[in-house]
Amino acid sequence: MMRNRLGYYIKEGFTGIFKHGFMSFATICVITACLIIMGTFALLAINIQAIISNLESQNQIVAYIDENLPDNEAAGIENEIRRIENISTVRFVTREEAFSNFLAKYENNSLFSDLDASVLKDRYVITLKDIAEMEMTRDQLISIPGIVKVNAHLEISKGFVTLRNIAGLVSIALVLMLLLVSVFIMANTIKLATFSRREEIAIMKIVGATNWFIRFPFILQGMMLGIAGSMFAYLIEWGLYYLVAGRLAVSNTFSFITLVPFDMITLPLLISFGVLGLLVGVFGSTSAIKNYLYI
Amino acid sequence: MISMYEVYKSYENGTSAIRGINLTIEDGEFAFLVGPSGSGKTTIIKMITGEVYPTSGVVSVNGFDLSRIKRRQTPKLRRTLGVIFQDFRLIDKKTVYENVAFAMYVLGKSNKEIKQRVPYVLQLVGLESRMSCLPAELSGGEQQRVAIARALVNNPQVIIADEPTGNIDPARSLEIMMLLEKINELGTTVLVVTHERELVNRFSKRVIAIDAGRLISDGMGGYYEYDEE
Repeated sequence: MMRNRLGYYIKEGFTGIFKHGFMSFATICVITACLIIMGTFALLAINIQAIISNLESQNQIVAYIDENLPDNEAAGIENEIRRIENISTVRFVTREEAFSNFLAKYENNSLFSDLDASVLKDRYVITLKDIAEMEMTRDQLISIPGIVKVNAHLEISKGFVTLRNIAGLVSIALVLMLLLVSVFIMANTIKLATFSRREEIAIMKIVGATNWFIRFPFILQGMMLGIAGSMFAYLIEWGLYYLVAGRLAVSNTFSFITLVPFDMITLPLLISFGVLGLLVGVFGSTSAIKNYLYI
Repeated sequence: MISMYEVYKSYENGTSAIRGINLTIEDGEFAFLVGPSGSGKTTIIKMITGEVYPTSGVVSVNGFDLSRIKRRQTPKLRRTLGVIFQDFRLIDKKTVYENVAFAMYVLGKSNKEIKQRVPYVLQLVGLESRMSCLPAELSGGEQQRVAIARALVNNPQVIIADEPTGNIDPARSLEIMMLLEKINELGTTVLVVTHERELVNRFSKRVIAIDAGRLISDGMGGYYEYDEE
């Protein structure tokens, strides 16, 4: 008996989509549109976070080494620095390299022709994992014997942390709002599609169909429409992303922006679209027919 | 068997639809239920099909006590009934065959059983050549015959026909009534709600008349005892 019914549910689920072709098309379009809008905002937020992180990583700390320290001891300080948990990269810069870097910054460097590298100190250029902990890391660095001075742009790091927090909050709030609006619109579209079938449900009830017998084909349909909508949304989003990334790559104005590679976000995007489309399809259709079942 | 004992039904808006009805329709009977609009005929039908419940009294249909029935038992009650409506209530996107077959799917019947039974029932109502038509391609009389086939396909104990001839011409109406009579002769209880005096008078059957929610006459005879005018 269950096998007979299962066959019926699957057949009804599929044929229902095509028999109510226009409503199915409208439902898929709305799900696709909502997911694209929401997905675009989410991708925008991810890229803003990535850009901020990239800028943060360029905010370096410079630790100057005691001039009187022998070279081998100066090199040994690197191990001490690496023991600090928040350290991401450490690079030893000799006074000569630092001096040539200094000169390279200025076009008219003849002004500094009287100077030589001895005026500078050997140093370590350090980047951090989390610049929110820059102050603590600076204190840890300065306590290492052999380091005489640490230059850390605390005010810039604080600015970045504030920017990152605000951008994060705004992104989450926007994506959540869009998610709510999208779920509402998608569920209502499915409800509208089901409204035209209330008479059919009433007939099923009168011939003795149980509520689950009526629900199953609708749920199956909702699932299929939801997944179809999310797949279309994913493909369109994928196309749009590559288009924008391509344009940015050749743009002179926005050349400093590098988008997160789509490969890195493929799986999370696919899963979130799929799950969202599926859930909206299932819950939208379940709640849509609820009112017609109690006769 | 359908029995009603001291049945009262009041709706939430205060309307008293049924006021103390006592009634029994035995297995295998054919009965007409007549009365003017608003007399309570539809409420009686809805109580029999489990769409509304009595406010007080006892309604028993094919062994189900409607005053105590649980919601999940209602589909089981409805499977013992075949209901025919004035507006046919066919699914317009399904063919004649599918409209009849889906009533069997509801009961979990196998495809083999369905393929055997549906053509047989459609032949019984004279629609074997119209199986693949959509309802919109049929006349009113033919649509009603599809509804009768659907009602009949699961061998119900009782067939309830709510104004079955209300939307079809007199010649086709007579055919429908004769079809219902034939079904009754095969052993199924038939209850027909109608306004059509001529039609009632042509059949020598039991006529139950109600007005303002009360039973006003109940007797055998080929006449419409209750006069609406």
